[in-house]
Amino acid sequence: MTTLEQAIGHSQHHSPVSRIVNSQIFWVFAAAVLACIALSLLTDSFATQRNLFNVTRNFAFVGLIAIGMTTVIASGGIDLSVGSSVVLAAMVISVLMSAGHPFWISAIVALAAAAAVGFTNGILIAYVGMPAFVVTLGMLSAARSLAMVLSNNKMIWEFGPDHDLLLWIGGGSTLGLPHPIYALALLTIVMSVVYRWTRWGQYVFAIGGNEHAATLTGIPVKRIKVSIYMFSALTAGVAGILMAGWLGSVTTNLGQAMELTVIAAAVIGGANLAGGQGTALGAVIGALLIEVIRNSLILLGISTFWQGMFIGCFIIIAVAFDRIRNLGSQD
Amino acid sequence: MSRLSLRGISKSFGAIQALSDVSLDIAPGEVLGLMGDNGAGKSTLVKIVAGNFRPSQGAMSIDGDQVDFHKPLDAQRGGVEVVYQDLALCDNLTAASNVFLGREPRRSLAGIPILDYATMHRRSAELFASLKSETRPRDLVKRMSGGQRQAVAIARTLLSNAKIVLMDEPTAAISVRQVAEVLDLIHRLSDQGISVVLISHRMPDVFAVCSRIAVLRRGKLVCSKPANDSSPEEVTGLITGAIEMA
Ligand SMILES: Nc1ncnc2c1ncn2[C@@H]1O[C@H](COP(=O)(O)OP(=O)(O)OP(=O)(O)O)[C@@H](O)[C@H]1O
Ligand SMILES: [Mg+2]
Repeated sequence: MTTLEQAIGHSQHHSPVSRIVNSQIFWVFAAAVLACIALSLLTDSFATQRNLFNVTRNFAFVGLIAIGMTTVIASGGIDLSVGSSVVLAAMVISVLMSAGHPFWISAIVALAAAAAVGFTNGILIAYVGMPAFVVTLGMLSAARSLAMVLSNNKMIWEFGPDHDLLLWIGGGSTLGLPHPIYALALLTIVMSVVYRWTRWGQYVFAIGGNEHAATLTGIPVKRIKVSIYMFSALTAGVAGILMAGWLGSVTTNLGQAMELTVIAAAVIGGANLAGGQGTALGAVIGALLIEVIRNSLILLGISTFWQGMFIGCFIIIAVAFDRIRNLGSQD
Repeated sequence: MSRLSLRGISKSFGAIQALSDVSLDIAPGEVLGLMGDNGAGKSTLVKIVAGNFRPSQGAMSIDGDQVDFHKPLDAQRGGVEVVYQDLALCDNLTAASNVFLGREPRRSLAGIPILDYATMHRRSAELFASLKSETRPRDLVKRMSGGQRQAVAIARTLLSNAKIVLMDEPTAAISVRQVAEVLDLIHRLSDQGISVVLISHRMPDVFAVCSRIAVLRRGKLVCSKPANDSSPEEVTGLITGAIEMA
């Protein structure tokens, strides 16, 4: 006979192996690795240093924002305005730098602009009580329009005295790895720790799990929601600055339709659109899979018009998997 | 001294007089069964004690100290905890995380405050043991039985050293076996000197667990007496109005 204390102290019977095999991240990662192997065998161009460099850098931009998006989704929300925060931040920094301002000051103002977008989203959602979908859809239109007004809808490719610094930060590499990858690695580690080990992280998931319960326990739900949308917009702002440096020029269609790719990466990586679930690593691996697929379509000579079809199917399949798993655990 | 003392509590919502001149005392460790027909004012009374509403008139004291709650957090600080009907748990978090939600202990790692999971797991295990419930701190609440979920909700109230626990129809929508578990948990609270106010429409539950019975009819208190001196028949009569007052 077991005593009560033993029964309480008992942990669930899940070996580390079964935990890994049961996780969505594992299977998405396996799919990405398989796709890489297949592409290396099928094409001469995939495993070249130049192509791999491009793949890693491209996926870093999506991955950065996908971590912000995962936070929003885990809290039970959605942020459709990230693509517009990207172009707004990129436009603010390039307008300021081309007017002769130094990089650091311009970057801080650009991030402040992105944060203001997130702040507005958060206030309207948390305090006014409007649906996140509607607020961020409106912001998607408004923030991009603001970027057009700022730049007079012209392309900017002259970044003043710190021109080379911006290009180096966004497009350069250190020890063979493109700089955006360092930003992504840092954010992944920091946010993994924050999710698990801080009150803020705990509250993000509590709000996504049961917002009413979170409110009753005295968690400052509204303030936390505002901070979540600000964080999401800031990840988009950082990505926007890095993209400006990578491309060496900024136009007003930068980041267009990026919200779909980012949401797809988060969902494929295990973020639950119903709220309460998601990991930083999952978002990154989801972004990796999408970029590998996108790259493979190009290398295999398949029309890029098919990209949207693949991403769309991936979102639906990822959500379907989630459904099936939930059915399996309910009985 | 009474744990909770209500003096002349009245509450009106516009033209509706939900409570009129209710005076009631509950001793430490006492389990009060609050009964009455639909709309009698039971939930309103409990919400006043929990700080959701302020009374239109009347005074309230806990352990002899006059209290005036403006919001639920005030009541919580005053030692009043509520177990909500839907339990208000986060399914996606562990039992321990739910017990400590909103008041997580932290420790410092190189000056950065991080969650102290070791303490959370140990303390919740102690609380579940004191409730004699086989609930594992690390399990996700979504995989738990109804009885275990109740234990998590009740462990929350123990954590804060509550003096009074309010339960509004905790047994309304659960199975017979789970009802027995909840009644057991109520006994454990009472053993620890905590006073419990239980709202229920189920006569057998009330008589199984309550030491005192109070009946509200159309906002007026028509009975407050030890359960031993009453009977289901009398209480039914008081609820319907067949018996005017007892
Ligand atoms: N927020 C409110 N605004 C206006 N009227 C209210 C409000 N809350 C309760 N009432 C009214 O006060 C009266 C008492 O309601 P209360 O919810 O306390 O009844 P109850 O005894 O809990 O009933 P039940 O058994 O159905 O839960 C009812 O007439 C109700 O319509
Ligand atoms: Mg009621």
